[in-house]
Amino acid sequence: MAQTLTEKIFSHALGRDVRAGEIVVVSPNVVMSHDSLTPSIIDILQDDFGRDTVYDPGQLVFSFDHVAPASTVGTAESMNKVRVFARRNKIRLFEVGRGICHQVLVEEGIAQPGFIVLGADSHSTSYGSVGAFGSGMGSTDVAAIWATGKTWLRVPETVRVLITGSFQPGVGPKDLALKIGRELTISGATYQTIEYHGLDWMPLHGRQTLCSMAVELGAKAGIVPPSGEVSHRFNVPNWLFVDEDAEYVRTMEINLDDLQPQIAIPHAVDHVVDLSTVAGMKFHQIFLGTCTNGRYEDMREAASILEGKQISDQVRMIVTPASSQELLKATQDGTLATLITAGATITTPGCGACMGRHQGTLAKNDVCLSTGNRNFKGRMGDPTSRIYLVSPAVAAASAIYGVVTDPTSL
Amino acid sequence: MAIIWKFGNDVDTDQMVPGRYAPYMRPNEDVGNAAFIEAHPEFNKNAVPGDIIVAGENFGCGSSREYAVLALKRRQVGAIIAKSFARIFYRNAVNLGLVLIEAPEMVDEWADRATCTFDRSNSSLTVGSTTYQLPEIPPFALEIVNAGGLVAYIQANGHMPGDTVNA
Repeated sequence: MAQTLTEKIFSHALGRDVRAGEIVVVSPNVVMSHDSLTPSIIDILQDDFGRDTVYDPGQLVFSFDHVAPASTVGTAESMNKVRVFARRNKIRLFEVGRGICHQVLVEEGIAQPGFIVLGADSHSTSYGSVGAFGSGMGSTDVAAIWATGKTWLRVPETVRVLITGSFQPGVGPKDLALKIGRELTISGATYQTIEYHGLDWMPLHGRQTLCSMAVELGAKAGIVPPSGEVSHRFNVPNWLFVDEDAEYVRTMEINLDDLQPQIAIPHAVDHVVDLSTVAGMKFHQIFLGTCTNGRYEDMREAASILEGKQISDQVRMIVTPASSQELLKATQDGTLATLITAGATITTPGCGACMGRHQGTLAKNDVCLSTGNRNFKGRMGDPTSRIYLVSPAVAAASAIYGVVTDPTSL
Repeated sequence: MAIIWKFGNDVDTDQMVPGRYAPYMRPNEDVGNAAFIEAHPEFNKNAVPGDIIVAGENFGCGSSREYAVLALKRRQVGAIIAKSFARIFYRNAVNLGLVLIEAPEMVDEWADRATCTFDRSNSSLTVGSTTYQLPEIPPFALEIVNAGGLVAYIQANGHMPGDTVNA
């Protein structure tokens, strides 16, 4: 029986053939939560379920990334509450500065091909970059897994996105992610998995960019079939491969040969246009970071454009590495030195300014070019501020001139 | 008398409660006071218990923050009726026992601020002199909502919805 990758992962987890549309109860391999929501999950476990222990501590992993290090007494107290709970229950915890949960779980090999990885964070679709079924949930759902070891899920149908051709210089995975958003729209994959085909050549970091943004199209999961760099770094189960005659609800094709740099304009992720439409527009801040584009390769790309150049004195550039490992790599080959020499500043690894809580919150009428994944109104600060989503190459090229600049024109 | 608060398409959870107003950031404040605080200040000031939210497509997209639902529940929103809902928001609402109804055919007929009466027992909404029979909530979700949410369901039944094995 031909199956989608989602159907295969659920069939394997349940030990029987499962089809899209079924509601199943599963024990996820990994359940992740971060500093922003773990305190509320502990409250639900203790106050509502009336228990202080979890069903399977080995299933759980905590990460401190949303406001890390703490910015207020309240966030500091909440983190201490999580530390105490983690120590008592013997749950793995990644401390402040280790990085964004979605990056850390991949680096640590906690997210594995064929796993079901659920997180109290919508960008848990990121785990599809290694061939896992990754999906986001709210605090009560996660508390219920802590209490019972299980959750219910409807096995989603799958949209197939077939990628052909190759990137032109200056165009990359973020432009593709934005282009897919432009074509599929903000709700185009609601309740569905997106499978990205034709990307055997794409390195892991590009897959992470794509899968992190699957949720922006409403998707429950986004999976790149494991191959290339992923099959070298991870053990790919022998059943986890694409069946040519699997059933998809829709197939969409995107040819990279004609793809230009893309930009999402306020205030929706699918308000995507060719960059040339807004070239020359002034802005105030650049934010290079997030689970979508805060990795070493993203910093390297920006550094290659900023080498020997200075950032315009009309703008500021904040670089927030996705993790301590990515930061370390960037220190070892001069990438970081290039960024700092050009005038950028570096923050603690983590989510940074993405949700407007610290390390680059926007003021009234500020305009930000962000390599992140969301440009919702007011997300990064004052509701009159505006966020434009771009690739690291666009961010770096624009930094030099202080206006939106096409990296392919340099 | 309850009224309808009408919203458009793709209302994201950052609009319902900005991340800066999360319980994590303001542990001593009622998150209900932050409901639509910047995106819809009139709702924030004037919505009363029993009011109905009516919206277009994809209501609740974006962040998984359950406190977006919690804020609306604290304000005692009677029901949210939309053309469609985003996935995580829908689950969160079911889990907290908030009534969500997909009614793509009806939403356009109702005006913002119209007075209305929602009758949960027979799932009907009366707007002006017209009573609309609302579409059914899917049985799986309805069972959880009727139990009073996911925690109450598990405690009453001893297992996860859809499961037969004791928790």
